Amino acid sequence: MKRFWLWAPLAGFVIFFGVVAFGLIRPDNRQIASQMVGKPLPAFDLPAGAPGRTGFSSKDLQGEGPRLLNVFASWCVPCIAEAPVLMQLKNQGVTIDAIAIRDRPEDVATFLARNGDPYDKIGSDTASRVQLAMGSSGVPETFVIDAKGVIRHQHIGDIRPEDVPEILAQLEKAR
Amino acid sequence: MKGFVLKPSRNLLGEGDRTKCGDRAAGGGNTLRFAPGPSTIPKQGLARILAFALALVATPALADSNLPAAKWANEQLPDPRQEAEARTLMLTLRCIVCQGQSIADSDAELAGDMRAMVRTRIAAGEKPEAIRQWLIERYGQWVSYKPLVEPMTWPLWLAPLVLLGLGAFLARGRFRRHR
Repeated sequence: MKRFWLWAPLAGFVIFFGVVAFGLIRPDNRQIASQMVGKPLPAFDLPAGAPGRTGFSSKDLQGEGPRLLNVFASWCVPCIAEAPVLMQLKNQGVTIDAIAIRDRPEDVATFLARNGDPYDKIGSDTASRVQLAMGSSGVPETFVIDAKGVIRHQHIGDIRPEDVPEILAQLEKAR
Repeated sequence: MKGFVLKPSRNLLGEGDRTKCGDRAAGGGNTLRFAPGPSTIPKQGLARILAFALALVATPALADSNLPAAKWANEQLPDPRQEAEARTLMLTLRCIVCQGQSIADSDAELAGDMRAMVRTRIAAGEKPEAIRQWLIERYGQWVSYKPLVEPMTWPLWLAPLVLLGLGAFLARGRFRRHR
């Protein structure tokens, strides 16, 4: 019994060390998954995100789908990297709508002229209201919305060429 | 770069926008941070440091939107009671961009938009706990700093009692021996 108490502090230290080492070695994950996946898209009615476009309302997605909803901004660097991939998805027949976060229509127009315009509808969310309502934590993010207007999948960060099969599979699943 | 611990910007890797943070009080807003080591800077490193200083100024321009802060992001509500309510809530909500800060402390734009949302809804008469719940539904329990009493956190609440008990037990043994 005495021997046990002699070793107990060392055992305690080893456990403590193990917990800390585990926390340090484990890869850093700062992604915040939206809890809205599986729930209906929150209702919104946004003004047009680019000049000469119509506004974008959540009602527009009823009975249409599955579609992609891309959360982007003209001031967002990874969004530029993502643009050609979205274009490729559009050419494969995927309908993509967008919400421009904290943006001005003229800036969005410049962005689209430079990087291509894969979008069907673009809404302007100047105070990140819809972004917060969707549980989205940054730009870019892409959501799969099914025909019932339910969020089926969230992709955090830019869609890279290697992510395309996963996105297409999620769209197929939401059909 | 001897003497400097660098944490390079992730902007070029395409993650800068998602990680841009800063302290409101410090007026920061950089993705770059460095901790100065010994004060003597080797001469050949000067050009590098200069380039680094330039990079400090140059990168954040791309990581911010061109829009001004939302109404009520940095303004207090006219009603002091409502402002106090909003402030108390903001201190216990986590910034989604700067994940170690509350939205009251964070300089991130999304935190500003969250403050604007909190103030607008408090001004409209919504209860703070309802707003907290609304955010938890979207971002998970993680977004709230308010500790809950639930099976997951029982050890947290019980630990002080257990430690006090253990201390009392050890002290008792001590006193007995000395008597």
